[in-house]
Amino acid sequence: MRSLSVKKVNIMKNKTLKIDILARVEGEGGLKLKISNGIVKDVQLKIYEPPRFFEAFLRGRDFREAPDITSRICGICPIAYQLGASHAMEEICGVKVDGQLKALRRLIYTGEWIESHVLHAFMLNAPDFFEAGSVIHLAQVYPEVVKNALRMKKAGNEIMVVLGGREIHPINLRLGGFYKVPKKRELRALLEEIKWSKQAAVDSLMFISKFEFPEFKQNYEFLALSDPDEYAILGGRLVSNCGINLPINEYDNCLVEEHVPHSTALHSHLRGAGTCLLGPLARYNLNFEQLTPLAKEAAFNAGLGRHCYNPFKSILVRMVEVIYAFEEAERIIEAYEEPDSPAIEVNPRAGTGYGATEAPRGICYHRYTIDDNGIILDSKIVAPTSVNQSRIEKDLWDLVQANVGLTDEKLKFFCERAIRNYDPCISCSTHFLTVDIERD
Amino acid sequence: MPKPHIPKLAVWKFASCDGCQLSLLDCEDELLAIAGQIEIANFPEASSAIVKGPYDLSLVEGSITTPHDEERIHKIRKMSKYVITIGACATAGGIQALRNFKDVNEFISLVYARPHYISTLSKSTAIADHIEVDFELRGCPINKNQLLELISAFLQNRKPNIPNYSVCAECKRRGTVCVMVSKGITCMGPVTHAGCNALCPSYNRGCYSCFGPKETPNAASLSRWLLEQGVEKEELVRIFRGFNANAEPFRKESEYYEK
Repeated sequence: MRSLSVKKVNIMKNKTLKIDILARVEGEGGLKLKISNGIVKDVQLKIYEPPRFFEAFLRGRDFREAPDITSRICGICPIAYQLGASHAMEEICGVKVDGQLKALRRLIYTGEWIESHVLHAFMLNAPDFFEAGSVIHLAQVYPEVVKNALRMKKAGNEIMVVLGGREIHPINLRLGGFYKVPKKRELRALLEEIKWSKQAAVDSLMFISKFEFPEFKQNYEFLALSDPDEYAILGGRLVSNCGINLPINEYDNCLVEEHVPHSTALHSHLRGAGTCLLGPLARYNLNFEQLTPLAKEAAFNAGLGRHCYNPFKSILVRMVEVIYAFEEAERIIEAYEEPDSPAIEVNPRAGTGYGATEAPRGICYHRYTIDDNGIILDSKIVAPTSVNQSRIEKDLWDLVQANVGLTDEKLKFFCERAIRNYDPCISCSTHFLTVDIERD
Repeated sequence: MPKPHIPKLAVWKFASCDGCQLSLLDCEDELLAIAGQIEIANFPEASSAIVKGPYDLSLVEGSITTPHDEERIHKIRKMSKYVITIGACATAGGIQALRNFKDVNEFISLVYARPHYISTLSKSTAIADHIEVDFELRGCPINKNQLLELISAFLQNRKPNIPNYSVCAECKRRGTVCVMVSKGITCMGPVTHAGCNALCPSYNRGCYSCFGPKETPNAASLSRWLLEQGVEKEELVRIFRGFNANAEPFRKESEYYEK
């Protein structure tokens, strides 16, 4: 383990640093930095991911197809798309999914949080703290830690498989609920691994807490969903630490999308107020009180306070959420009673509806308009990474300015790390990584 | 004694959702064993340690949708001994091939405020439309067990055991009662390539063809049958325009009923 030592080099006059391919992120992108006389002049997070036009080809499709089609935006967080689309369509058609069906939706979502967070924490992010290229290299030094991480990830995926049919693009979710609900014993069979994993997550968090974290603090505006009854996953109001408190159908009035030349992903930002941050740090800071006692205690033992403003510590927060997700999965399974029907019938009627859930990387927003026959007339989907992009650029701007004396190589690595803090999902947001540093 | 040759694996991404390459990372029980036998030489999603080519095996995910990617795939072919395409995007153009049936410029202006920033081709096409491919692994997403079988077969220099019969055969084999016959549910099983172990029918759902057309599918017969069951023509067009819309048998079928 090693922290970034600040080695003073001559601050060249004009310089461009480029990272052409950002590794260990989902999707393809890069970064270009311009530095002039030691002052950062420009930061561009570039997204190369080719555009796929989901919002365009959804027009004319049947409303019942939206969950399966939109899940193909992202193989890492398909549930966020399946449920966001379902919620919006159900709202249009006046259907509310509650009780055990809602609990099962929350359960499969915990599976997605676990597989995605553990993937990021150990396979994408942890190697940074060792300057290891990948989890395979990490496994040579800490084989047990990596084996346990893979086992936790598998436990999350098992929840997806039992409830969804498979880990990637599950087939069992539909408008109104599921095609088939699991038997009580099928879910209870998962409990042993879930209980083991809960403890493994606590231990893993302690392991990660011993990493050396760069000192870096930002004044973030955190934006997350908030639900009075639980740590929000399936829905809630849009809430921030700077006074936003709005229902989901106000999303378009709160966040605006902008198309910038260097990216195929639309950048979103707060109307009139600049950047905001979505994801684990936002949820932790805004909804901390609703975490379980075990998750809170583990967070404190890992050195996290009630608030966390250091993006390099988001890996800790992800693991706190993994502990919470395992606890939630256990609670839901223990309380599970097979519902009478696997789904509520959803009959089409014309209207516009909104759906937003907490994807592993933050709020994933959907809006659809359909006609009386259920044909989609219009859609808008905003992935969390599109909102976080401009916040990542702001972090990079401040980080590069504070470390402008580092060698190019070290600065590039530092930037890559700062980007990976966000677990950016570029496949989703196209809707990355090459770093370019230009010093003049 | 010379050191044994350790095969070099590369994973490449084109237009896609990342799900198929994620399948490799989802092999939690086998990942470290694979890494012991193969050098993961170029897999940017999982590793920043990139080893230069040539590569023994290239796994290609995603479809060709931009002028840049059209060139890039030829470079990959040149530096790879074997090229295997993984998933519906790479083998058929993916869901983004729905643009092939529309005017792409209209699509660009629907999604992007400044269309002139976007560089894209009018069609999303399979990798095999551009280069010679050694094996095509189907699925949206691929089946990770089939991926493991494919990698092992490659390592042992043998033919992979990946059946090309229909989903119907998988239903019979696992003893699932036909959802189309018994419940009247629309099902693409008769024309769809096996590989998922007939997952959807086992969940009381009709197959929606993640794996695309099987070898010599009789799509026309399925269409006639569905029309007799009361499926509307517009719906029939949508059924064939899923993740494998641009696979030839499905494309022809949807175009026939669109007229």
